[in-house]
Amino acid sequence: MNAVASVIHAVDATPWVMPTLDYRLLAPVLIVLGAGVVSVLFEAFLPRGARRPAQLSLVFVSLIAALIAVINLNGVRETAGQGALAIDGPGLILQGTVVVIAILGALLMAERGLDPNGDAFAARASSLPGSEDERQFTARGYFQTEIWTFFLFAVGGMMLFPIANDLLMMFVALEVMSLPLYLLAGMARRRRLLSQEAALKYFVLGAFASAFFLYGAALLYGFSGSISFAGIASSLGSKTGETALILIAIGLVVAGLLFKIGAAPFHQWAPDVYQGAPTPLTGFMAAAVKIAAFGALLRLLYVALGGMRWDWAPMLWVISILTMFIGAILALTQSDMKRMIAYSSIAQAGFILLGVVAASAAGLAGSIFYLIAYAFTTIGVFAVISMVRDENGEATHLSKWAGLGRKSPFIATLFTIFMLALTGIPLTSGFIGKFYVFTAAYASGDKWLVIAAVLASLIAAFFYMRVVVLMFFTEPTQETATVAIPSVFTTVALAASATVTVLLGIFPQPLLDLINNAGVFIR
Amino acid sequence: MQEVMPATGVFSLLWLLIALPLAGAAILLFSGRKTNKWGPYLGVFTVFVDAVIAIWMLIAMMGNGSEQRTFSQNEFSWMFAGNFKVDMAFQLDQLSMVFVLLITIVGTLIHVYSLGYMSHDPDKRKFFGYLNLFVAAMLLLVLANNYLLLYVGWEGVGLASFLLISFWQIKPTAAAAGKKAFIINRVGDVGLSLAIMVMFVTFGSVGFDEVFGSTGQASEGTLTAIGLLLLLAACGKSAQFPLQAWLLDAMEGPTPVSALIHAATMVTAGVYLITRSNPIFDAATWAATAVVVIGVITMFMGAIIGSAKDDIKKSLAGSTMSQIGYMVLAAGLGPIGYVFAIFHLLTHGVFKAGLFLGAGSVMHGMNDNVNMRRYGALRTAMIVTYATFIIGTLSIMGIPPFSGFWSKDSIIHAAFESNTLVGILTIIAAAITGFYMTRMAAMTFFGKARWEDGVHPHESPKVMTIPLIILAVGSTFMGMALLFWGNIETWLEPVVGIKKEEIGIPDWLLMTITLVLVLAGAAYGWIQYARREVPIVAPRGNWLTRAAREDLYGDAVNNTLVVQPSFWLSRFLVWFDGSWIDGFVNGSAAFFGGLSARLRPYQSGFIRSYALSMVGGAVLVVLALVLVRLS
Repeated sequence: MNAVASVIHAVDATPWVMPTLDYRLLAPVLIVLGAGVVSVLFEAFLPRGARRPAQLSLVFVSLIAALIAVINLNGVRETAGQGALAIDGPGLILQGTVVVIAILGALLMAERGLDPNGDAFAARASSLPGSEDERQFTARGYFQTEIWTFFLFAVGGMMLFPIANDLLMMFVALEVMSLPLYLLAGMARRRRLLSQEAALKYFVLGAFASAFFLYGAALLYGFSGSISFAGIASSLGSKTGETALILIAIGLVVAGLLFKIGAAPFHQWAPDVYQGAPTPLTGFMAAAVKIAAFGALLRLLYVALGGMRWDWAPMLWVISILTMFIGAILALTQSDMKRMIAYSSIAQAGFILLGVVAASAAGLAGSIFYLIAYAFTTIGVFAVISMVRDENGEATHLSKWAGLGRKSPFIATLFTIFMLALTGIPLTSGFIGKFYVFTAAYASGDKWLVIAAVLASLIAAFFYMRVVVLMFFTEPTQETATVAIPSVFTTVALAASATVTVLLGIFPQPLLDLINNAGVFIR
Repeated sequence: MQEVMPATGVFSLLWLLIALPLAGAAILLFSGRKTNKWGPYLGVFTVFVDAVIAIWMLIAMMGNGSEQRTFSQNEFSWMFAGNFKVDMAFQLDQLSMVFVLLITIVGTLIHVYSLGYMSHDPDKRKFFGYLNLFVAAMLLLVLANNYLLLYVGWEGVGLASFLLISFWQIKPTAAAAGKKAFIINRVGDVGLSLAIMVMFVTFGSVGFDEVFGSTGQASEGTLTAIGLLLLLAACGKSAQFPLQAWLLDAMEGPTPVSALIHAATMVTAGVYLITRSNPIFDAATWAATAVVVIGVITMFMGAIIGSAKDDIKKSLAGSTMSQIGYMVLAAGLGPIGYVFAIFHLLTHGVFKAGLFLGAGSVMHGMNDNVNMRRYGALRTAMIVTYATFIIGTLSIMGIPPFSGFWSKDSIIHAAFESNTLVGILTIIAAAITGFYMTRMAAMTFFGKARWEDGVHPHESPKVMTIPLIILAVGSTFMGMALLFWGNIETWLEPVVGIKKEEIGIPDWLLMTITLVLVLAGAAYGWIQYARREVPIVAPRGNWLTRAAREDLYGDAVNNTLVVQPSFWLSRFLVWFDGSWIDGFVNGSAAFFGGLSARLRPYQSGFIRSYALSMVGGAVLVVLALVLVRLS
């Protein structure tokens, strides 16, 4: 049913009909967005001292409530909101994962024990970097609680993204997710100019990508006369001719989404933004945006454009190979930990694209498993990065990590586990994820793509292992950073991500069963 | 056929025999300094309780008829893979019973002795932990009801042996000796693991009952292969030619270790393995013959080395090799000899433990000097040690009525039953035994004092001498007790079988000839080392003495045949790794690194170039779609 389109056509003839909304199906998203609205009110009416506890309670209570609401929908397989949203197994798993990652991300963002001046966000975003104002605000111990409003809206957008079932809803979700993130990226407490530059770049390029998406969406609507995925799919099956139009349309829509997942050659924002943004936010963003955007890309390609598989699969082949190799090769020469992880996340996006290219149930399941595994590991990586510090804040230069294994063996061991997972070494979640994605691609006949992916993994192994070697097989120097002792927030997030990384490596079966039982996207 | 009984009553404690010392080892090794004070006593206690349980089991076993003395206890299924199934199951029969008694009783005595011997060692707790670990592994070895479980115990005793030889690892020699023992043992272990694999392929099982019950289905070639592989394993563990070189170096370990592991128990595991596998060797004649040949060669090598060494422990180690050679050759004789191999193993376990502990007691009084040329005239200084050592000496020489006489005489008799040449060789070796043991006793306790300055020999404390006395009593009466009262032949017969042959000469004549030759050897030793002055610096000696001092060039042979070729191979591999593999790896790393450096400038930091790249990307995406459609 192309509900919105029929509504548009019906405008002249029939009076406006109230859409029927099943609030149970919408509950997860509504809870979080509603909490976002409440959060605005908190900012407006609560005294300064009460805001942080209130906001934190609101965030965690609403996220947990949203998680319960998602679990409550277990087994549901229908569309909601007049067909604008698809509530199905894969969508719910991705939504649930976004919520869990959001909880971990919120834990990282709530951390105030690492920086002597407070959390990772600027005391006042409005003050000029390096100004007397800034000094004053910092000295008085100011901090911003508006970040939680932004955070909740971003999470709401992320939850909407993988279940959006028409082009308009997808675009709205994309923007609801992105706009708060652009702002948050510019709010780092330290190295603020770098952070603001990153935010601006992210915003401008994000807007540019949105334009691609929107233009492509318009062309798709022009071709099919429908904005709903089901309508597009059916018109692709029935209509012939207009080849150029549909190919350009697909290319532009996909390009918009490839920007969000950080695929080459739409990746260049990632290193700058990862490096500039406040580290807890980077961790959250790197993990959650990837899940949401991959969810959207998968749904768009599998549901709306499933009939065009033979057109878009070879194109994604090229993108996947480019992404893997550019990510892996450029990571080799990075000297900043956050930039290196940014390139690593680009390479990882290339690996996940293998599951997308497979265009099969196995590919979908493999991609979802990989996304979940990758998300937890990424949260852990950035949790550790936020803890490794010197007198100037986080010590992200690689040389400062030399000999960290001697000084802080436990944290270095955890980081090693994360590096092993990202490399794809057995007994970690990363291995299982790679294994399933590669298997799915191989089963779909993409033999050479798998070989390329294995080669790219080999190259990637070099820079992951280099960190391990640096930490454990190099003598500590004067320059070596120290590991700050975090409060319970980061500790919980780190423990959870490390546990999941190892557990999914040893007992992947329960999650695999869950994903496989979830079935495929509703059409 | 033996009936297999369920392990009820005291036999339900079978698992406890292994679990007790294992728990002791775990507590001692993992608990840290807190247990330093009482840890060693815990170590003694676990083995002592084991010994009590073992004696209780013996009594219970003797209450059953001879066909109802095999008890089996299945703990749990250990591993499955396809049709490969192994249980964690223990089996106690007459053969394992005597081993359990030897291990636990001699083990207890040596643990007690160690309380005194190691009293000043800072790592005493660790030492007792390792000793407990050894006892647990050795008991697992003899109680396993299948080869794979036996292999676990086999590796376990190897590990304990390694840890204890290099117990004083700050000494480079001790560390090297531990490594040497471990590496040479690996060669034998490979034999055992291959034998287990061949068994599984041939019989579809590695359980004793299944393998022995179906030897008829296998070809003689297969059985010979299994037998030779088992022999290789036995050579490694029991220091038989050609894997004998580690035992002499193993004397770097503390003396109680030499007594327990490298004389009484572990080194006899090879004899246990061959005897336990008797149905295989009975069906594989060639393998059995090989066992005899190996035994004879080692019997002489050990005796010759023992005759030339001035280091009291190494001389005893040579003697151990030689005596185990006796046991191995007896085991190779088949049903004629199995019983006597075990008989000699038991008496040897007791008198050689006594001799080693005696040597330890002497060293204790001589500032840990092991050079017999600096001993002499110690009989008055340490009277208990002297008396017990002499009893041990008489026993090993085979002088009636001491224990060794009965067991060695049985082996000589059995050898004559099988083959006159082997019989004659065993008598000659017995004569050499007489020589080197007299030499050892004479150099240590008789003649003139050749002590180093500042040495004041003294008797050891009671905690050390009482075990010596108990072992001396065993060395005296155990042979008679086992033969006449314990009836070892009928005791073991259900497990290993027994066969008697007539020999050409009367028993009394054979016994007399043997005794005369032994006494002649002893007399020569006495004249050389008690009547004449013993020079402090060893004379050059004839070629045989020089060769024996070099362990009959065992190390040189290993060095030429194995070590040097290994070096060449590893040098080649290092070269290949360095120039080819590393070349490839480094080359590709340099390639990608260079590529990375060339690509980096494109990440310029300018939004305009990023946007351009995105436009290019969009064009690329559309182009790819179009190209696919066109092709």
